[in-house]
Amino acid sequence: MKDQIFSRRLWSSISQYLILIIAAIIILYPIWSAFNIAMMSDTEMGSYPPLQFPTAIRFENIQRALSQAPLGRYLFNSVVQSTLVMVGQLITACLAAYAFAFIEFKWRNFFFLVFLSTMMIPWEATIIPNYLFIKTLGWTDTFQGLAIPFMATGFGTFLLRQFFLKIPHELKDAATMDGCGSFRFLMTIVLPLARPALGTLAVYSFLQTYNQYLWPLLITNNSSMRTVQIGITLLQDEERLMINIVMAGVIFILIPTLTLFVVSNRQLIRGLTAGAVKG
Amino acid sequence: MDQTALTSELSLSSKFGKKGRQKRAVKTFFQAILYLSPALILFITFVFIPLIRSFEISAYITDPIGRLAKFVGLMNYERLFQTTTFMNSFSRTLMFVLYTVPTTILISLGLALLGDLQLKGISVFRMIFSISIAISGATASLMFLYIYHPTVGVNYLLNLVGIHNLTWLVSHKTALLSVALTTVWLQIGLNTVILLAARQTIPEELFESAMIDGANSWNKFLHITLPMLSSTFFFLMVVDMLAAFQTFTPIHVMTKGGPLDSTNLLVYSIYREFYFNGKYGFAASQAIMLFFIMLLLTILQFVFVERKVHYE
Repeated sequence: MKDQIFSRRLWSSISQYLILIIAAIIILYPIWSAFNIAMMSDTEMGSYPPLQFPTAIRFENIQRALSQAPLGRYLFNSVVQSTLVMVGQLITACLAAYAFAFIEFKWRNFFFLVFLSTMMIPWEATIIPNYLFIKTLGWTDTFQGLAIPFMATGFGTFLLRQFFLKIPHELKDAATMDGCGSFRFLMTIVLPLARPALGTLAVYSFLQTYNQYLWPLLITNNSSMRTVQIGITLLQDEERLMINIVMAGVIFILIPTLTLFVVSNRQLIRGLTAGAVKG
Repeated sequence: MDQTALTSELSLSSKFGKKGRQKRAVKTFFQAILYLSPALILFITFVFIPLIRSFEISAYITDPIGRLAKFVGLMNYERLFQTTTFMNSFSRTLMFVLYTVPTTILISLGLALLGDLQLKGISVFRMIFSISIAISGATASLMFLYIYHPTVGVNYLLNLVGIHNLTWLVSHKTALLSVALTTVWLQIGLNTVILLAARQTIPEELFESAMIDGANSWNKFLHITLPMLSSTFFFLMVVDMLAAFQTFTPIHVMTKGGPLDSTNLLVYSIYREFYFNGKYGFAASQAIMLFFIMLLLTILQFVFVERKVHYE
């Protein structure tokens, strides 16, 4: 009897694992196939039936991709752009969220609504004037053109404000009585307490910017200022280039984001679910 | 306002009197604005003024580099409904929404339920199911471009199981579906993460008491999980619809709007009209249409969430 229950449990968990593994294989297939193609030699590319597993781990395709296009430079540009946006968003969102959470002022709700409304305006609805504006400023092919338009965030302000509201108001009163100015209070007390929320916003905004496509496509023309997402698709446009080299490039630029995804999974997921799930 | 803040406010106001209180209110107002100003200046420069400018440009014909040339009122909007390009990309976009949104939510629900199983190592599977949140539209599109490739792609494997020679991106009949599949794959990660988080906020007692009443897993799913997730489904529906309406990257990487304009979705059409054809006014009028569609969707969601809060 006991054995029977045990074996039934065993079979049920084996079948559950089986379903999980099949689902995982389907989800991972696109990445697997990219990796598989990236590992193929040029002659293997022509073989039929197509190989489903790499015969060797070949790094030379990545090297060839790097020699075809300055992927390292593109990567650098993307990292600089994403870091600038991340730092910018952290600063502007911290300051604004602090005012919304700790200062009682006239029209506070109105200003808060103004901030929230920016989340409802699709970026595409403003892209033409923004493009023309950046062009008039002469900011095409510059980091300021890539980063400054994104340095304020309604979502991030909202996220940090929610977190700041959990910090007891008594702390502020005590600090004020001790003669601590409000900016010092923000820097020395609020920010250290809000570290998890700051981490969430940082990872979220970095990834969002790193994966941007349309804006860098519009405002960068010079190869030395291209971001990695644009650069990689340009590889594909080169007719004479083999697919295995393009896929090697894809694998190369996936490494940073996948690492970030694994290392800071908790923060990232907290950021993504912040707007969706209450409690 | 909590008690201490209130008392300190009172003591301060009695100390300074009415005039002092007013002066103090003005001072706090400017202090607050000082904190808001960096974000506010950026929003005004890159969101609010451009939005107004979009309306303005949409009422003009421009020269090829975007300078306003001639005021035409609503003519650009009239042209939207007269020319086939916009109507085509609008209807293709609606189809794209229909292809992607329900599929994404259904698959993600399945994955979230799987990820919710109480098994050893389940967190690894959760991570795999949500992996697409780390992958950009550009890289995913390139990966799928070669999955659809006639010789090295997935067709060989599909042939083995009896599905023969899918045309994928080559035919105008299947291209939109193929792009949709890429988008679904990209959106699954976010949807699964959100559904998993929402599933974990359902109180366990509900399931326990249902179990005492003799409910099986299917009953529990149907009568507890699904209803408790209804607001999350609605949220995801809106998020996925917004994403579908804004789709650009896979189109630009995989199809450039073709074949036969069958994948010329709204944002791609906007891009093409102003960036290549130099028709800024016409493109702006399409952007304004997009703005109103998205606004409508957001308002719908807002109304629904309000109602839900009301019922609770």
